[in-house]
Amino acid sequence: MKENPMRTPMRRVRGLGAAHSGPGDFWHQRVTSVAGIPLTIALFVIVIALLGRSHAAVVQILASPIVAIVMLLFIINIAYHMWIGMQEIIIDYVHDDTLKFSALMANTFFSFAIAFASSFAILKLSFGV
Amino acid sequence: MTELEADTAARVQRPRPLSPHLQVYKMSLTFVMSGFHRVTGFVLYFGIVLVAWWLIAAASGPNAYANFEWFMGSLIGRLVLFGYTWGLIHHTLGGVRHLIWDTLHGFEPAEREFLALATIVGSISLTLIVWVVGYLAMGGPR
Repeated sequence: MKENPMRTPMRRVRGLGAAHSGPGDFWHQRVTSVAGIPLTIALFVIVIALLGRSHAAVVQILASPIVAIVMLLFIINIAYHMWIGMQEIIIDYVHDDTLKFSALMANTFFSFAIAFASSFAILKLSFGV
Repeated sequence: MTELEADTAARVQRPRPLSPHLQVYKMSLTFVMSGFHRVTGFVLYFGIVLVAWWLIAAASGPNAYANFEWFMGSLIGRLVLFGYTWGLIHHTLGGVRHLIWDTLHGFEPAEREFLALATIVGSISLTLIVWVVGYLAMGGPR
């Protein structure tokens, strides 16, 4: 019996199909990139305003609500953006399963560590403890 | 072994066809800018440590902040910060380019070339402007 060339048996495509979670990452990457534009401009303004100032002055400015809120938004937005971005790079180039899943996990640890450590620092400055 | 099984075994033995990679394409500005976008994203991923260090040092106290300032004031620190500035601006402009493409605009040959050129010329110019403004804000180079 001649095999139907149009047939794609499940066993042949197993592991190579869609994960069905791609569009979510795609959209979130767009959302965080749009948010990143004004937040990055704000970061430049804040950093330039703080250049060369004493520690006490830097602390005072970073602790003010508007600056602290902008910095919190910047760091959380960028941490999420870089989390998705690095995941995409890992999936593109790392094909060994052990290495791939280790890298994906390390990516999550690093992105969360950056977000939480930076947020903690901003909040500590804001609450002035 | 049935005919189907033999056929499947033969398919498994045969090396799978590979799609061509970077080396087969002719160098072009759009091609290089595409690569720059991913490379700057990759480097910025680690560069965020600078921002985290800055915030944590400020929250930790004058000594920790003095260490951060010492590193940023050194030649290496300034080079790293200059690179980070350019990477952040380039990736942001590259992102704008991608957002324009997401609206299905900017795909004509001339538009593609313009966007690629605008990305690199824009990122270099803006980086220099930011640094000049930064030094002016500090009251000149130190």
